[in-house]
Amino acid sequence: MTTTKASGKAPGKAPTTGTRRRPRLDLRENPEFALVPAVFVIVLLGWEYLLGPLGVEEYVLPRPSQIAASLGDQLSDDLFWGHLWVTLKESLAGYLIGVVTALVLGTLISQIRLVERTLMPYIVAFQTVPKVALAPLFVVWFGFGITSKIVMAAVISFFPMLVNVIEGLRSADADRIQMLTVFGASRSQVFRMVRLPTALPFIFAGLDIGIVFAILGAVVGEFIGAKEGLGYLLLQTNYNFDISGMFAVLVVLSLLGLVAHFLIRAVQRRFAFWAEDNRVIGA
Amino acid sequence: MAIKLLGRRQSAPAPVTADEEAWIEIDGLQKFYRPRRSEPTHALSDIGFTVRRGEFVSVVGPSGCGKTTLLKILAGLIPRSEGTVKIAGRDVLKPIPEVGMVFQAATLLPWRTILQNVMVPAEVQRLDASTHRERARDLLKMVGLEGFEDKYPSELSGGMQQRAGICRALIHDPAVLLMDEPFGALDAMTREHMNVELLRIWRESGQTIVFVTHSISEAVFLSDRVIVLSSRPGRIAEIVPIELGRPRDISIVSSDAAGVYVERIREHFNGAGAID
Repeated sequence: MTTTKASGKAPGKAPTTGTRRRPRLDLRENPEFALVPAVFVIVLLGWEYLLGPLGVEEYVLPRPSQIAASLGDQLSDDLFWGHLWVTLKESLAGYLIGVVTALVLGTLISQIRLVERTLMPYIVAFQTVPKVALAPLFVVWFGFGITSKIVMAAVISFFPMLVNVIEGLRSADADRIQMLTVFGASRSQVFRMVRLPTALPFIFAGLDIGIVFAILGAVVGEFIGAKEGLGYLLLQTNYNFDISGMFAVLVVLSLLGLVAHFLIRAVQRRFAFWAEDNRVIGA
Repeated sequence: MAIKLLGRRQSAPAPVTADEEAWIEIDGLQKFYRPRRSEPTHALSDIGFTVRRGEFVSVVGPSGCGKTTLLKILAGLIPRSEGTVKIAGRDVLKPIPEVGMVFQAATLLPWRTILQNVMVPAEVQRLDASTHRERARDLLKMVGLEGFEDKYPSELSGGMQQRAGICRALIHDPAVLLMDEPFGALDAMTREHMNVELLRIWRESGQTIVFVTHSISEAVFLSDRVIVLSSRPGRIAEIVPIELGRPRDISIVSSDAAGVYVERIREHFNGAGAID
């Protein structure tokens, strides 16, 4: 590879001789490292300075500086951290319940024909129900506390995980299974040595979509009926016509999803490193 | 280079029932495929031959002659319809640990290092890990993969992957090595090189090898005997002993003596459709 002259403020290039591939900081090969922040800055600047002259009122669409100020107010308020903590608890508890159930059920469905034939019709039928529409029902059943939100987060993160687990455990390469069979592997050895590793990238895709869905489920649950949480805060700011306050909450919710996504990706790179370039469903 | 653990010369005594002259014994073998809603296919008809211990035998034949079916029956992957199939005195009804197999594609597991891949049969058969890890290192050294133990398959070329596949097939010191067109996916140069390598590995390990290929010259270069199958149903057209002397050099491929064998085998396929 020829060395390209570092353009402008391009970060120093580490020699790419390592055995593990890592994203390179060469702006010619990965122009997005410069373009993504550039777009961000341009949009923010346009939003800040062009909307006024165009006649968009601040109380309809507050400017980034106002949102930042609102966000600052929120972050220095203990009440806000309480709301954040509640939503976090609901999302994570629901997420854990949802993905673990999906993992167990998906494994049974993919490995035992009878379980598959018995349960699949119900799962397909239930999958077509718009889960968000169940939120009012859960609030009636489980009350205004965090339980109804946990149930909502669990139900909504369950399906993408289930689909990925089943698909992943089924996509093991026939040649690899035959290879293990010739050497005398039992069914459980085939499962452990080929099926599970093959499914790992799929499982991570399910975990990745699942966490975003879990946060969504918790917030929707809070919309329907709650006394705390970021969804509740969002409604409060809405009633008070505090639009920049709403934006501040939205920024926090997005950051929450983003942090979770990158955490899961980091774990994936550690445990499913061979599949970095593979695209799996919903990834 | 001496591989201490390898091969018939140093390995543990064979099962008492096994006959060295009929290390592999196939007699009256028939194979029918019976699809549910159509006519049964006669895949193999009255196949019978024996393979001596330490012998190198190739099976050639046109596409669809059943040579892969034959190999899969030997590996215990698919059941036979009739007849006898024994390896080292043992009836082959399911995969047996006495068999090592090399596949068309190397089929290494991408999440395991080369050393871990070679260890797969030892792990599956719950053999002692530390002695076999030593043996895996020796085997990798023998095929020229020293220093690649901790690399992942994606970091190796196709030829290197296939060599690791051969090590994997040898790790549990099998009585018989089955090879299913192992070099078919490689380019001509690499393939020739791998053929020379395989003969060296065979000489050092002393394994009994059944090698399926559709390259006649490859079969002639490698084998003690070439079993020629005809098509539909697959039956033995001729068994050709290759008396070319050993050790063999790659230049022998273009010699007149080898040419005569190649012509003799090709005769069987003229008129019966191209071999490839």
